[in-house]
Amino acid sequence: MSEEKITRMVVVANPQGLHARPADMIVKTAARFASKIELVKGTERVDGKSILAILTLAAVAGTRLSIEAEGPDAAAALDALDELFGRQFSEGRSQAE
Amino acid sequence: MKFADFVSREAIRGNLAAADKEGVIREMAQALLDAGKVAASEVESIVKAILKREELGSTGIGRGVAVPHTKHPSVERLIGAVAVSAEGVDFSSLDGEKVHLFFLLISPPDRPGDHLRALESVSRQLRNDTFCKFLRQAKNAGDVMQLLDEADNNQFDS
Repeated sequence: MSEEKITRMVVVANPQGLHARPADMIVKTAARFASKIELVKGTERVDGKSILAILTLAAVAGTRLSIEAEGPDAAAALDALDELFGRQFSEGRSQAE
Repeated sequence: MKFADFVSREAIRGNLAAADKEGVIREMAQALLDAGKVAASEVESIVKAILKREELGSTGIGRGVAVPHTKHPSVERLIGAVAVSAEGVDFSSLDGEKVHLFFLLISPPDRPGDHLRALESVSRQLRNDTFCKFLRQAKNAGDVMQLLDEADNNQFDS
């Protein structure tokens, strides 16, 4: 049970960027974990459990973010979030919104 | 991006009559039609597209705010309407709360960045409790317009 803060770099790969639906998916995933989770874009740091906060990042496709997690389930939280970014929030290039 | 960059001033409604999700979207699409921002022949298609997007997950993002939106080939640039409901509307929000503040966005299919920057403006300003509270209390389009202008001028920076 490590309580240290761990970090993982991810890239926003889906063409539409972090719009409302991916932000909602991040929040729903982050909320499953007790750890404190933050998304960092450059000098901006926001609560990974707040959709309004995530939307303020306006992270377009190609944006590099680091996800920081601190708490008892930090590693599992990062794995789950990494997986979301990895599958591009289930949004293919062809998917129309 | 500032509110003035995408909100059509003529498409601001300070007192929504609609009491359900589809009604709100129709009333706001009508406001954009009245403002001359969308063509009459496109309104139904726009409303349907926005409702379809809502089926994927509500755009009621919490704090009494919703951002119904769609991409639509009939617009050449991002356009937006703003509306306030004093009573609040059940929008199946992510936090289960009624929605009082609506920012409806229509963007060209090839401009995802503009859509993100509009969402950024909306979410950044609405994190400010004072702005949120004042906007909910707006009685008419003039009140809303003034608050949006004040937000654009950073008067709610905390």
